[in-house]
Amino acid sequence: MKLTSAYAPHLRENDDVRKVMIDVLIALSPAVAGAAYFFGWYALLLCVSGALLGELFDIFVMRYLRGIKDFVPDGSGAVTGLLLAMNVSTRLPFWAFLVGLVFALGLGKHAFGGLGQNVFNPALVGRAFLLISFPTYMTTWVVPGAGFLKSPADVMTAATPLALFKEHGVIISYWDLFIGNVGGSLGETSALLLLVGFLYLLLRKRVKIFIPISYIGTVFLFSSIAYLVNPRFGDPLFHLLSGGLMLGALFMATDMVTSPITAKGQLIFGVGCGVLTMAIRLFGAYPEGVSFSILFMNALVPLIDRYTRPRIFGEVKE
Amino acid sequence: MLTFKGGVHPPQLKDWTKEKPIEKMPLPQKVYVFLLNHAGSPSKALVSPGDEVKTGQIIGEPDGFISAYLHSPVTGKVIEIKKILHPVAGKPVEAVVIERTSDDEWVGLETGDFERMSEEEILDVIKKAGIVGLGGAMFPTHVKLSPPPEKKIDTLIINGAECEPVLTIDHRLMLEKAEDILQGILIMMKVLGVQKAVVGVESNKMDAYNHLKKVFKGHPVDVALLKTKYPQGAEKQLIYAITGRKVPRGGLPMDVGVVVQNVGTCVAVKEAVVDGKPLVERGMTVSGDAVRDPKNLIVRIGTPVKDVLEYCGGIDEYTERVILGGPMMGISITSLDTPVMKGTSGITAFLPKKPQPQKPCIRCSECVQVCPMNLQPYLLYLLSTKRRYDEAVENGLMDCIECGSCTYTCPSKIEHVRYIKLAKTVYRATRRGRK
Repeated sequence: MKLTSAYAPHLRENDDVRKVMIDVLIALSPAVAGAAYFFGWYALLLCVSGALLGELFDIFVMRYLRGIKDFVPDGSGAVTGLLLAMNVSTRLPFWAFLVGLVFALGLGKHAFGGLGQNVFNPALVGRAFLLISFPTYMTTWVVPGAGFLKSPADVMTAATPLALFKEHGVIISYWDLFIGNVGGSLGETSALLLLVGFLYLLLRKRVKIFIPISYIGTVFLFSSIAYLVNPRFGDPLFHLLSGGLMLGALFMATDMVTSPITAKGQLIFGVGCGVLTMAIRLFGAYPEGVSFSILFMNALVPLIDRYTRPRIFGEVKE
Repeated sequence: MLTFKGGVHPPQLKDWTKEKPIEKMPLPQKVYVFLLNHAGSPSKALVSPGDEVKTGQIIGEPDGFISAYLHSPVTGKVIEIKKILHPVAGKPVEAVVIERTSDDEWVGLETGDFERMSEEEILDVIKKAGIVGLGGAMFPTHVKLSPPPEKKIDTLIINGAECEPVLTIDHRLMLEKAEDILQGILIMMKVLGVQKAVVGVESNKMDAYNHLKKVFKGHPVDVALLKTKYPQGAEKQLIYAITGRKVPRGGLPMDVGVVVQNVGTCVAVKEAVVDGKPLVERGMTVSGDAVRDPKNLIVRIGTPVKDVLEYCGGIDEYTERVILGGPMMGISITSLDTPVMKGTSGITAFLPKKPQPQKPCIRCSECVQVCPMNLQPYLLYLLSTKRRYDEAVENGLMDCIECGSCTYTCPSKIEHVRYIKLAKTVYRATRRGRK
């Protein structure tokens, strides 16, 4: 009999990183289905290949570039790949998407040391890179409902609700905004489907509610005040439902690796994201501010963590 | 129901033994009695090879303030005094090896009617009996019962939580020896001069809770129902759940007027003071999926683990882990020759489990949520691996109670507690060097 020497505790919860990632993928699937329905087969192709290639790229880097021969895939590459796909326009050519994917995982994640080490949300790093490198592709949007099986060349292009509003003062119906029947990035348009997925994550206790609550709450508050000052800024409901706010607040800002640890820190983080998003939307050059505000707040996470350290049991208030 | 913030809910695994009455294990042929059978410094051996000893005869005396008396667990002959690997100290420590030659011939303690004895006399009997905390920490009980006069103690808390999975010995003691527990409590209340005692019992032992309530009727001893949660029996968490008082950082229970004792210790105190019996045996649970016939047993101190397991039908040939204590905080041993100590609350044997490789931390914050001390285990782990010990200490390294909740819950399978323990050791050693 060979007895192993091991450290306590000798029991572990039956849970692991891969199960966390699989739950995130499951939670994103309603929005992926929505993307396929509204934007056609190419949208579905981008999502599926994003997840597959993202995971393959991760395995390649770990096994061959970093030489970890017994690396077990954990699903984090798939999550990044899928989120990147959900963050691009259907007009983005496949080769450009691939470049973005390699950039997201390579520079957004592995350059920092791989899973858990990155400061910025890798999918948003990829999106920011694509937005700067291929602005035309990234900001040309297609009209949804153009058909499930149409090729990208045949579909009509249109502006997003936020751009339409900012440039022309046109407001799209709230119902269309809510179910996602509008122009925009693949996975960001349907608030309904994103909420359904997020509810699943909440029920599975994979995510805390603090960031979405404070993020969305701040946007609501900020836009309400702005609307009261001048209706030209758009009403709060419009700001909640349009653009990437739901995708950002529910799935991007809540990324565990790049958000604060404590509830207090997460509330601060969400408020920061909300304020920056509205500042960019109302006063910036871009019609949309979600991804840049999250990236900016990512950089502040170490600072937030430091100042929101929980008080140790028995520690006296100074 | 009373409880604290944080903690985890590991599988209880108590069904194997919770219905099994405590049995007395037959006397062992040979015992290995560590001179370090308590927290503090090892006792001084009073016997040498060749000496004949009787059960209960003193074979070691305290060496220093925090130390304890040691008694022969059997009647027989001292063969040798040799160093063997001490599972708690992690290094070889001297042990007295005694071969049994006959049945017990007892040497008892001098004692009397505790209601007529003075506090000092009672304390002296407890000290002479070699009683240490039987919950596992093995802190000498007489030291705990004589706090400095400036610390006013008003409450005696008895730990009957038994939050460790697998272990059921305290549960059985509360069912089978409630009268002894009561007497032990009354003795300690007299020594401490307190009017109030509370036994904390987890809600998964309702039978014990109800039984104690019945037995304690008419006595100033309460029973508190605690939520079933690990580590509900950790000293600071228990005190907080029952009294709402928080032991200050770096402080002791006596700083908030409390002394905590384990139910097994109560029985040992009663047996010493009332019956004149020194601590030569203890109750323990022998269980786990690799044990053929799990039991609750009374075992003599110094009995090799091998003998105990054999008495329980032996263990599976594929057994991977044998643990002294429960699965959450117990120490794994690699030699079955390791002897039972005064703090051995159980022997747990497990079959192999699928290995779970460690992944990088994904900052999921699970460890932060479950930490009963409100620490950030992920950060302590990180700082410890980077050898930034001073920073780790600033972030509460020394406040860690090593309950293992963080490691239990971590989806990345990071062994926080292992690194924290190591960092504590290094920090203590280097701090001593700096002074």
